Amino acid sequence: MRPGAALDVVELAAGVVLAGAVLALWRKDLRALISVLSLQGASLATLAAVLAVHDGDVGLGVVAGVVLVAKGLVIPGLLARVVRADPGSRETAPLVNVPASLVTAAILVVVSYLVAGRLTALFPNALTRLAPLGLATVLVGFFVLVTRRKAVSQIVGLLLVDNGVALVAFLLTAGVPLLVELGASLDVLLVVVVLQVLATTMRARFGHIDLDQLRELHD
Amino acid sequence: MTATLAAAGPGLWARIGASVLQVAAVAVGGPLLLGLMAKVRARTEGRVGPPITQGLFDLRKLVRKEAIRAEHTSAVAAMAPLVLVASAAVAAAVTPLVTTRPAVTGGADVFVVVYLLLMGSVALALGGLDAGTAFGGMGSSRAMTIGAISEPALLVGILALAVQAHTSNLPGIVTASLAHPGWLASPQRLLALAALVVVVIAETGRIPIDNPSTHLELTMIHEAMILEQAGPDLALVTMGEAMRLGLLLGLVANLFFPWGVDGSGGGLAVLIGLVVLGAKATALAALIALVEVSTAKLRLFRVPELLAGGFVLAVVAVTTGLVTR
Repeated sequence: MRPGAALDVVELAAGVVLAGAVLALWRKDLRALISVLSLQGASLATLAAVLAVHDGDVGLGVVAGVVLVAKGLVIPGLLARVVRADPGSRETAPLVNVPASLVTAAILVVVSYLVAGRLTALFPNALTRLAPLGLATVLVGFFVLVTRRKAVSQIVGLLLVDNGVALVAFLLTAGVPLLVELGASLDVLLVVVVLQVLATTMRARFGHIDLDQLRELHD
Repeated sequence: MTATLAAAGPGLWARIGASVLQVAAVAVGGPLLLGLMAKVRARTEGRVGPPITQGLFDLRKLVRKEAIRAEHTSAVAAMAPLVLVASAAVAAAVTPLVTTRPAVTGGADVFVVVYLLLMGSVALALGGLDAGTAFGGMGSSRAMTIGAISEPALLVGILALAVQAHTSNLPGIVTASLAHPGWLASPQRLLALAALVVVVIAETGRIPIDNPSTHLELTMIHEAMILEQAGPDLALVTMGEAMRLGLLLGLVANLFFPWGVDGSGGGLAVLIGLVVLGAKATALAALIALVEVSTAKLRLFRVPELLAGGFVLAVVAVTTGLVTR
């Protein structure tokens, strides 16, 4: 592989992760959100694999495999099961409407470029310069987390934050240690499983998974 | 960059000739593209459809008709069609469609071309308001609502390419992309392409934003604006809209797939550029028509969602362009 091609793939993968975050904010269909997550997971895994091949780092290669399985397949698969049990479910009434949240996303992207520019100026190279894309993904993920009402959309927001953090980690440190990545992936996986149980219980008790309507405590 | 472009290459007359050719290509090609899109739609729906040249026949018919204007209209209604066609013609003359060296290369800036297009939209909207009828005003208001989001998205989307090429000069951008084939798959280009496709669909009033073949006044956007126009005025408006379609398709095709655009200014190369431009615009138009057949028109209140999405994609494209090499 010529050296430029590896960087091209990394740039493309980082761009896809951020574009996925915007797409997640744009689409209301929960199934579309899940395919976005699986696309992001695959992009992150590709990015890690390219970095691993380029640096000859076996540990990073294993991390790429873990990322592909956890973020590309298992987590979207679990979420798809939650959504399938509730057919036709959409994010009907986000707290901020879609055009306004998209404009907010544009502002967040610009802010992260301005803020992360200072950070990457400490050690500028072709990889660290891409870090603003990861930071923007984190911010957009937080925005999804606070403005959506459905349990599934909120977990999608959390996963966007996690993917953004992973992207920044890959770009700034050329990969996190295997143990840390395993721990983080298992952590997120656990959260998704807890959500699945919660959503199933909520639907059985109340007939919906709208977290905003849970206001009172019951015995 | 601009200065060197202007100094070298073909003489002034050859460049003026190339610009005239571009305007002629857009003026004839625009209606043909509209005809082609109608034909593709008809064929996929199992109908024969009108011939591709139908747009040109319609124009000839309208020009021959008596010039008639709605009562109580002012000079604005008379000026609007002229401004629309003139702005589209000037934009077509300076945009790198057939050659990267049209007349006044230095003036062919992103901002100039986008604002020329905006001038045409505003003139058309004012013309729709001038007669003082309900539908004209409604159409104008809707067109401006959409234009207010799509024009910035167009500007920002092209700026993503300008950041990469280090020049906001359109011929400069096309020349730079011809010199760097590796750029074509870069993330900012793919994002900007997605954004510009949304913009082109909105600007040219195609499904899912607007339905060009509707006859129900309540769902119309563009058609409602020109309800009061007739005869030669309507011919000019139709012509102007067709030119904008041809210009936008040609511009997007050349910005993202710059192969075949003439860079030398030689006679044969210009002709090849013309043929390649025709082929690229035809392919894009057919693609849009195919998408049109398979989608339903969006509710008017959901249109801003789609356009805001295009705008954010353009912003993301610029940011990606700033952080990559």
